[in-house]
Amino acid sequence: MLQDFIEQIGPSTVGGLVIGSIYALVALGYTMVYGVLRLINFAHSEIFMIGTFASLFVLTLLAPKGPLTGIALVGVMLLLIVVAMVASGGAAMLLEVVAYRPLRLRGAPRLAALISAIGASLFLQELFALVVVPDVFNRPGRIDAPVPRIVDRNVVFSVFGADVKTDQVVIFISAVVMMVALDQLVARTRIGRGIRATAQDPEAAVLMGVNINTIVRLTFLLGGAMAGVAGVLYAMEFENIRYNIGFVLGIKAFTAAVLGGIGNIRGALLGGVLLGLVENWGAIFLGSQWKDVIAFVILVVVLLFRPTGILGESLQRARA
Amino acid sequence: MVRKRRLVVAAAVLAGTLAMTACGGGGAGGGEVVNDPNAIKIGFMGDLTGESSGIVIPGHNGAKLAVAEYNKTNPPRKIELKDYDSQGSADQAVPLAQQALNTDKIVALIGPAFSGESRGVVPILEEAKIPSVSQSATAANLATRGWKYWHRVVANDDFQGPAIADFLARVTNAKSAFVISDDQEYSVGIAEAAAKELTKKGVAVQTDRFAKDLSDYSSTVAKVKAANPQAIFYGGYYAQAGRLLKQLRDNGVTAPFASGDGSTDKGIIDGAGAQAAEGAILGCPCAIPGVGNTEGALKAFYDKYTAEYKIDPAIYAAEGYDAATAFINAIKAGKTTSDEINTYLSTESFQGVAKPIRFQASGEVAGTDIFVHEVKAGKLTLLGKTTDAKLR
Repeated sequence: MLQDFIEQIGPSTVGGLVIGSIYALVALGYTMVYGVLRLINFAHSEIFMIGTFASLFVLTLLAPKGPLTGIALVGVMLLLIVVAMVASGGAAMLLEVVAYRPLRLRGAPRLAALISAIGASLFLQELFALVVVPDVFNRPGRIDAPVPRIVDRNVVFSVFGADVKTDQVVIFISAVVMMVALDQLVARTRIGRGIRATAQDPEAAVLMGVNINTIVRLTFLLGGAMAGVAGVLYAMEFENIRYNIGFVLGIKAFTAAVLGGIGNIRGALLGGVLLGLVENWGAIFLGSQWKDVIAFVILVVVLLFRPTGILGESLQRARA
Repeated sequence: MVRKRRLVVAAAVLAGTLAMTACGGGGAGGGEVVNDPNAIKIGFMGDLTGESSGIVIPGHNGAKLAVAEYNKTNPPRKIELKDYDSQGSADQAVPLAQQALNTDKIVALIGPAFSGESRGVVPILEEAKIPSVSQSATAANLATRGWKYWHRVVANDDFQGPAIADFLARVTNAKSAFVISDDQEYSVGIAEAAAKELTKKGVAVQTDRFAKDLSDYSSTVAKVKAANPQAIFYGGYYAQAGRLLKQLRDNGVTAPFASGDGSTDKGIIDGAGAQAAEGAILGCPCAIPGVGNTEGALKAFYDKYTAEYKIDPAIYAAEGYDAATAFINAIKAGKTTSDEINTYLSTESFQGVAKPIRFQASGEVAGTDIFVHEVKAGKLTLLGKTTDAKLR
């Protein structure tokens, strides 16, 4: 047992950090929308899926000859991230306009918005399976679409018996940069203040001259853009994407958001990385089939003792 | 006297019913099936458009090929192949079976393709006494239900896992192996069977299992790296197999990788990438003729299939052809009703594309041949039977 632990702790930690940073980026979207609207946007997982397909689209156009390095890699990564952010952010905004705003303006109960979210999620999945993938990518809709490799898997350095490879470094750095950028955006800018004000007290925010509709749209845009980045990183790392790829990942990211304290941006980041790590660490002892069980047991235990999640503090009370 | 009167009444009722049926038939204008010389209707049931259609369409193509060949000979009664797209789900297959029996009045059925839908559909076929031959339902317990009209042209799962494990142990001389599967019924079953057989052969076996919807296998890869096995067996389907194989190879695991019929699809090459998939060993109760097969029935089938469909045959294509042939032979012998066909099946014996076909009383095919394929230069290459094949 101890031998297993010593041999596997290194690689498991590296793998956990990689998937955990992707969980964290997706969790941001859940947590921000919840913070502002008190709505669990279940279609967010499909916004992530759109991000993966946006990167496949760009890579299909670019058709790189093989793995890239140096400036070419940074350039392509930036292009991928920008395109995916636009695609996913745009889709999230559109989703808000089509699926949530009509309900919100009529003062429909929250349950209606939740059902609308589930409907939108199924609609987007089937749209990709039946129309987008066959027509745009010219592939069967329901099976894995391979993504060309852009980052090589060279060992950069070794730590505790774990080889850390180029792709993992690229993913971790990209994820951290995006998280810091978003955190600062919400903490320091005018837009961020508007988001926080709306989360705290929508009516007072309106009285102080905040345009709620704009803020809601921006929240969806930002959350969607982060899911888009997560989509790029996911497509790059696992190189296989499909129409329902967001389903399980979305549940995990939502769990991460609740674990960290839903409505809390830093909580989502912490929850995501923690979830990725704990899953992999638990798998060392119990086997990989227990990953999900471990994740949800941790969630239940944390919620028993801290019902608002680890950081608990919500978006509204985040300090400027 | 009383009895006689009853008989008369019964005869009158019967005559009336017959007359009414005749009227109904005439009124509909469609003509009765029996009067149509071109319509011995045989059904084909399986997932033709859904998620697992990749496993069913080649067999459908094979069956169509056999029927088209037969119809080209200008027989006294042609065969019409009717498709029933069950999406692989028992919920959809059962109403389709009822439609096939009551509306279309098929005399025999090729399929159902999967074991799950077979459990739902075959009891209905049994009741209606409609013979069926499945090209790809491999669950072992299908043969133990006392079904009289059900058959299959492939060996069942009990043989597959151990046969592939034997082959793997023989060609690699491995002293240690890692057996991985996802958490689906088929995957766990074949992986456990393979692990048991490897242990019996004196190979030290370690195992891991993951949830089927997962794409990140980093914890499994960490375990495999730590164990540093000389061979790897994966039980499961090609989508997960491709992802797993890619992640193993990316992380420097080079041990030979083997899997079963669920992974015997070019999808594993798409998923893993041609480089990572190279050398993967894929066992199957089916044989997939490829360019490397230069002799006999395999080559003949490969040539016919590629000429017709412009693609290489894939999993269960040859078996679909064999299943259709079993019925066509019966019809050639003048057996045109369901019962006659079923009786004929119990005695018939012919050379299929890759193996001789003869049915046991349980409906199982007589042989237990498992075939192995290797990924060579991005293509599945048939090596032969597990018992005597060699890696090339």
